[in-house]
Amino acid sequence: MSRINSPADLENFRKEILSKKDPEKACIAVCTGTGCLALGAANVVAALKKEINKQGLEAKVDIKVDVRETGCPGFCERGPVLVIYPEEICYLQVQPGDAEEIISETIRAKKVIDRLLYVDPATDKKSVRESDIPFYKNQMRLLIGNNIKLDPKSIEDYVAVGGYSALAKALCQSTPEGIVELVKESKLRGRGGAGFPAGKKWEFARNSPGEIKYVVVNADEGDPGAFMDRALLEGNPHSVLEGLTIGAYAIGAHEGYIYVRQEYPLAVENVTIAIRRAEEHGFLGKNILGSGFDFTVKVHRGAGAFVCGEETALLMSLEGKAGEPRARPPYPAVKGLRDKPTNINNVETWANVPLIVNKGAGFLNSIGTEKSKGTKIFSLVGKVKNTGLVEVPMGITLRNIIYDVGGGVPGGKKFKAVQTGGPSGGCIPEEHLDIGVDFDELAKVGAIMGSGGMIVMDEDTCMVDVAKYFLNFLTEESCGKCTPCREGIRQMLKILTNISRGQGKEGDIKLLENLAETTRDASLCALGGSAPNPVLSTIRYFRDEYDAHIRDKKCPAYVCKELIAFYIDPAKCKACMICLRKCPAEAITGGKNQIHVIDQDKCTNCGTCFEVCPSRFSAVRRISGEPVPNAIPEEARTLVRESK
Amino acid sequence: MNEIILQIDGRKVQAKEGMTVLQAAQSIGINIPTLCHHEKLESYGACRICIVEAETGGRTRLIAACVYPVEENMAVRTRSEKVDKTRKVLLEELLAHAPDSVPLQALAQEYGADKDRFEKEPSFCVLCGLCVRYCAEVKKINAIGFSDRGAKREISFIPEIASGNCWDCKECFPLCPTSYLQAAYVLIEALMR
Repeated sequence: MSRINSPADLENFRKEILSKKDPEKACIAVCTGTGCLALGAANVVAALKKEINKQGLEAKVDIKVDVRETGCPGFCERGPVLVIYPEEICYLQVQPGDAEEIISETIRAKKVIDRLLYVDPATDKKSVRESDIPFYKNQMRLLIGNNIKLDPKSIEDYVAVGGYSALAKALCQSTPEGIVELVKESKLRGRGGAGFPAGKKWEFARNSPGEIKYVVVNADEGDPGAFMDRALLEGNPHSVLEGLTIGAYAIGAHEGYIYVRQEYPLAVENVTIAIRRAEEHGFLGKNILGSGFDFTVKVHRGAGAFVCGEETALLMSLEGKAGEPRARPPYPAVKGLRDKPTNINNVETWANVPLIVNKGAGFLNSIGTEKSKGTKIFSLVGKVKNTGLVEVPMGITLRNIIYDVGGGVPGGKKFKAVQTGGPSGGCIPEEHLDIGVDFDELAKVGAIMGSGGMIVMDEDTCMVDVAKYFLNFLTEESCGKCTPCREGIRQMLKILTNISRGQGKEGDIKLLENLAETTRDASLCALGGSAPNPVLSTIRYFRDEYDAHIRDKKCPAYVCKELIAFYIDPAKCKACMICLRKCPAEAITGGKNQIHVIDQDKCTNCGTCFEVCPSRFSAVRRISGEPVPNAIPEEARTLVRESK
Repeated sequence: MNEIILQIDGRKVQAKEGMTVLQAAQSIGINIPTLCHHEKLESYGACRICIVEAETGGRTRLIAACVYPVEENMAVRTRSEKVDKTRKVLLEELLAHAPDSVPLQALAQEYGADKDRFEKEPSFCVLCGLCVRYCAEVKKINAIGFSDRGAKREISFIPEIASGNCWDCKECFPLCPTSYLQAAYVLIEALMR
């Protein structure tokens, strides 16, 4: 492939790619993102290819089909996902065994296979097209929408959907200052967590004196359960590269880095390939698109410390030092990588840039709320029917996300809280579900946008346990440099652990609040600054649960093992032997026609008996905050069955 | 260098651009307590004892005086209810590790910190990093470093380097606010024999 030396070359290249595409040719797009791969997508791809060969489709003139391995479209709950073009038929939970039918029925006979379609659990209605599925219908997928349409390893696929046209427009029709202005006008805010206006950040870096400047992609996504950046970098790496290159041009940088976690091997692979292809085509390197602008990008693999998502720690790590934050100011825009002005943005922020250049600042401005524009990708996980990646316009309510996109809480359970913003985010209760999701509204209710983690919790979640879980994560992931973060989290975790064990004392909540305040206000970086959020937000909305643990030694959600017990109601037990056989601690005695009894000394409170006891008996009771009734005397344990 | 005018505890201070709030305060004889700060070393900002209240651009917040550069029209309060309360908690957190440290005890008295507020976890080291940074920045030997992170962070001598250098140097010993360092070295010494 020859280099693309001008916007006209790019347009010709795009036309050439499109002209080679046969509109009649079917394309089976199989998601091979991490989620679907784990569910066996690679085997599905292999089976489809084998089947195409077996049915001799390669030699046929009338039926043509391609299999394309794509990035993640987001509906991970129902993976492996595939979409058949041009009809856009969406099949879910596809297994290798379905390949024969897909080829012979859908590809050859043009018939839809009903059993692979999405079925709405509420209405039993089937959806054929991806866009008809409620999970997708309620989203606005400006950034991840292309994932299923392209092979992330193919630059041709990206160019075919209009890729690199924004770069051509920026480099050849606009000045660097013009691009900075455009991004400022678009009111794009950083998607990494703090929501700082991207255009302003760019302007600082642009105006900082210095010949050498750098741009960096922060792909050190470390929130448990979050995979927004991963899906973008794996599924559409060129969009991030294009945004980064435009940013470099605007700021005056000629070198860029992508700091990506080592634990994201597919992202590393795909973005490395993307850089190579972009260099070959002249979208990176010297004299990009004939504009005279030079820019190169290197991939740096991070070793996986959560704190390296903090920009100053990331820069330290990039320099080969220990990944510990340093004080700001000076901000990286003034003194960043190797003491040069540096602009760091999150993956998703960069991916927004081509969109703004192509569609204008007004386009982004037209979406969202007054102060938060555009869309936001969330990883919707936890106790929600449709877990996966969702991209929604800013300002959508939490209720919309959880119920319309997410399908609500499964198993008929009651919603309790949604945790946004990763480990240092906050838990939001039912009463605030109608707030519009944006940077400021989430902060008002004691949570944060963070980078877009969203964990739904149901009635079986203990909020003390949740706070403890996140603080346990943070105590390991704090770098340990500054006192308030290292020691504050340690002490808060100790108190929470005591409370969850029934050793809480009066005054503990006040002490937690006191420690939280010091940690929040005195810490060196945002990790410590936001670390108390899980504690403060759970105290704010679920204080009664704290009180129950401290005063009544009761865990209302029956989670904290030290505060609960299981008891078999002798009046209900039918001596079915199920719990007795399943008990991993062998703590249940009994036998055929012998009412079962839990030996409380042996019981580990794992809850297996409670789960396996048939619902028609419901003989196992959870007990918390009250004494366990004495075991029924041995002589009374013989079950008297009612004669039928 | 540009002159910068700011206020510290109600007093007008003329400072030079690039100076820290701590340096500006010291220039007019105002004392701000520090633990991890040392004149010969690069500012670190880790212990946070030097935290002060600063008002810049209509916003009041806590900043670490030892690392925060002076800004025009900034108003600094080196003592306030908030500052004292924060220092008190920080001292109590550190005293859980090093209850017998003389400098910590002196500060504890000043700020009414209760050394028994938190359960003792005598690691003796308060992770101020003076030894680590002195060895790296002044001696350029790197015989001692930090290991692990978060609540598990600790200092440790690197035996291969320490065995050849520390015995004749020991310049970091008097820097240690808890006298732990010497004990740690004696232990390493014993182990290396």
